[in-house]
Amino acid sequence: MSAQVIIFFVLAALAVLAAINLIVQRHPIHSALSLIVVMVALAGLYLLMGAEFVAAVQIIVYGGAIMVLFIFVIMLLNAGEEERTNFSKLALYGGIPLAVAVTGLIAASIVNSSTATALPPAQPVTLTSTRTLSHLLFTEFVYPFELTSFLILVAILGAIVLAQREN
Amino acid sequence: MSTTPILEYLWIIPLLPLLGSAINGLLGWKWPNKLVHSVALGATGLSFACALEAVREFFANGQQPFRKEFFDWIVAGNFRAGFDLQLDQLTVVMLLVVTGVGFLIHIYSTGYMAHEEGYFRFFSYLNLFMFFMLILVLAANYVLLFVGWEGVGLCSYLLIGFYFLRKSASNAGNKAFIVNRIGDFGFMLGMFLLFRTFHTLDFNALFAQAGPLPSEAMGQFGTLTIACILLFVGATGKSAQLPLYVWLPDAMEGPTPVSALIHAATMVTAGVYMVARSHVLFMHAPTAMYIVAIVGCATAFFAATIGLVQSDIKKVLAYSTVSQLGYMFLGCGVGAFSAGIFHLMTHAFFKALLFLAAGSVIHAMGGEQDMWKMGGLASKIKVTFWCMLFATIAIAGFFPFAAFFSKDAILFAAFNAEQSGKVLYAVGLLAAILTSFYMFRLIWLTFFGKSRFDEHHVHVHESPLNMTIPLMILAFLSLTGGWFALPALWGGKNYFADFLSPILGSGEAAAGEAAHSLEINLSIVAVVAALAGLIVAWRMYRKDVKQGPSTGLHKLLYNKYYVDELYNAAVVSPLMWLSRNVLWKLVDVGVIDGTVNGIAHGTSAVGDTVRQTQSGNTRSYAVWVLVGALVVFVIIFWPVLKPTLFGAVR
Amino acid sequence: MVPTNYYLMLSAVLFGLGIVAFVFKRDIITIFMAIELMLNAVNLAFVAFSQALGKPDGEVFVLFVIIVAAAEAAVGLGIIILTARNRRSLNVENVNLLKL
Repeated sequence: MSAQVIIFFVLAALAVLAAINLIVQRHPIHSALSLIVVMVALAGLYLLMGAEFVAAVQIIVYGGAIMVLFIFVIMLLNAGEEERTNFSKLALYGGIPLAVAVTGLIAASIVNSSTATALPPAQPVTLTSTRTLSHLLFTEFVYPFELTSFLILVAILGAIVLAQREN
Repeated sequence: MSTTPILEYLWIIPLLPLLGSAINGLLGWKWPNKLVHSVALGATGLSFACALEAVREFFANGQQPFRKEFFDWIVAGNFRAGFDLQLDQLTVVMLLVVTGVGFLIHIYSTGYMAHEEGYFRFFSYLNLFMFFMLILVLAANYVLLFVGWEGVGLCSYLLIGFYFLRKSASNAGNKAFIVNRIGDFGFMLGMFLLFRTFHTLDFNALFAQAGPLPSEAMGQFGTLTIACILLFVGATGKSAQLPLYVWLPDAMEGPTPVSALIHAATMVTAGVYMVARSHVLFMHAPTAMYIVAIVGCATAFFAATIGLVQSDIKKVLAYSTVSQLGYMFLGCGVGAFSAGIFHLMTHAFFKALLFLAAGSVIHAMGGEQDMWKMGGLASKIKVTFWCMLFATIAIAGFFPFAAFFSKDAILFAAFNAEQSGKVLYAVGLLAAILTSFYMFRLIWLTFFGKSRFDEHHVHVHESPLNMTIPLMILAFLSLTGGWFALPALWGGKNYFADFLSPILGSGEAAAGEAAHSLEINLSIVAVVAALAGLIVAWRMYRKDVKQGPSTGLHKLLYNKYYVDELYNAAVVSPLMWLSRNVLWKLVDVGVIDGTVNGIAHGTSAVGDTVRQTQSGNTRSYAVWVLVGALVVFVIIFWPVLKPTLFGAVR
Repeated sequence: MVPTNYYLMLSAVLFGLGIVAFVFKRDIITIFMAIELMLNAVNLAFVAFSQALGKPDGEVFVLFVIIVAAAEAAVGLGIIILTARNRRSLNVENVNLLKL
């Protein structure tokens, strides 16, 4: 087993365990912290795949901005531990089988998909340069790029409107 | 020779009464009687005049049959049924009878119906009837004839139920229409069969195709035989033969002019006309003709027996009509088509006269129709009496009145018929005796003896001129109408048969010497028979008679052999039961309503179920979203998933 | 050299765990976090394909996903704050005004 595979398994295990922890924990703050662990693990995996820019963005934006936002909100709302209330029956009896089904199907299709053979043989990992990404971003994907900037504007305005106290 | 004006516009003959009907029907409800009957009489009178003119032109053209297609009505593939009118010798006879007698009856009605509600409605219907009857006789194909056929049935219904506020009248109207419908079903089946065989329903084309075909054997039920039998079923309904005659006696609920025009002179003769028109087909189907003869003969006798004991004056005449129609069919059935038509014509004269005179009597008696409540009227209403007497002598078949010649021709032809000729003749002769008997019974009960009514309550008065003049004209025709067909042995010429021979063929075999003496003998026997009936009636009814109790045979005859009750139990009641319990409760309420309501309930139930998803619970919404996503995923990835899921099984 | 399938399986597993969290947790914020987890799983899949195919397009798409997730988080958390203030509870079952 090459070093990469070992690193992969370590990071993968970390991510999965953190995700399970997210489910198991009762206090939202613990769930948030678990989520941060997941994101860091995933950033590691991105690095393993040579996507350095994405890894950096993941940590900066996701981990540094979004999750901080989450934690702020938790603090703001003084969220406490979840109460033990009754599950929605449908959620209980439908949810697990459903989740298993979804996961299983996706997995099955991955395993058996013909695209697996359509993939070119595994090459050594190459770093994707930021220059390539930015080139793509401003030529082929310029339209979605501009749209997302517009989207951010909308989100900002929405957040401001929502956060206003009623005067 | 070029066709001259009226014939080009042959459609004007039926159109005029239609216009009269429309004007009276739509605009006449507030008009005074004078205006209404002026329109009606004008329409009918003009129609009669045009008919005369058309006949004159026909003769001027050397009796060339005339046919003109006015417009296409049905065109489907190779089949064409147009508004085609034709005029040939047979049409001439029918046309003149319909328009002439119709006109006289219209005149009579102005007097009879003068004090009735709905005067305009009556004349509107009467004109409408003339329109349809003229379409019937002028039609050049079966389809148009059927239009007229159905139309006269409709008018018959409207006119029988004229006094619609009387339950018995509206019931009688229903009965007439429904029983006719049964006959019409047979007619239509016959038409379909003819169409399928010959691919046309036009008279000329059809008869040209059928003519050269070999004749079917006696007892063989080939296509033509079956078609003819079906057509005859239609004639049975319209012309009140066994077993569909039951509507005619009930039809006496209508006003008396209606009985005279529709149920004596014209509509009921439509069946005979149709059979005569189709004689080419019938001549190829001896089985069918035999059936026609038997049914006609049986009906003649059967109806005569019922007429022997009736007490309502109009009912006697109704059964008499059924009986005489039987004679006409007997004539057609043994091949003497022109004799049958001849009897149709003479019957129109004297039967219309009988009904109109009876109407005059009823009018004089202030509405009384029961003969047992009449008596001794001869001196009080002289004109009516003499006219009725003329008609009675005519119908009994005394020389030289009309029916002598026509009935004689039929009986002679029957005697010579191949199949059961002698039997047919014997029954026909018996019916003639009975006819004479019940007609003179009518005369004696009504006009002679002591008055059996209270003279202070009923003011017997003669009818006004507009009623008596038509009576007199018809009486004259009853006397002279027979002289068109003096048999050769009397030294005259059978103008009538010769006139019709281009159309009907010389159905009667050329008479030899032996046949001559036979004919004389038979005529004498007929007159003797009529005398016998007269004498018996005279002996029984001349003295003061009282209506005795009804027992045994009398009861059977008086109740018309309980035929109506039989039909009611055998046909009507099961049908009503079926309609009520199966068609209404099962099909209509259960199936149709059930389906519609069921769909509504089903929709409602489905809605109730689907509503469960909108629970207001966010988490179940989440699950539904997931389910949807799963479904979409499966659909998109099916080609990939299939081997996975099912590959494992294999 | 890590086979692409491993990454994809991991992505599937993380996605499934996200679904479980989404369905079973009662706290609104936790549910929101589960959504973020799912998005991350998808990002992993994108990057894995991008590496396997040798094209950087997948990574560009990941950028977009992150941007949208950020916008969504901002607005969504704003809504959560308002809702929670109104109901004085963070239990998602209290968001049930549409219940009959």
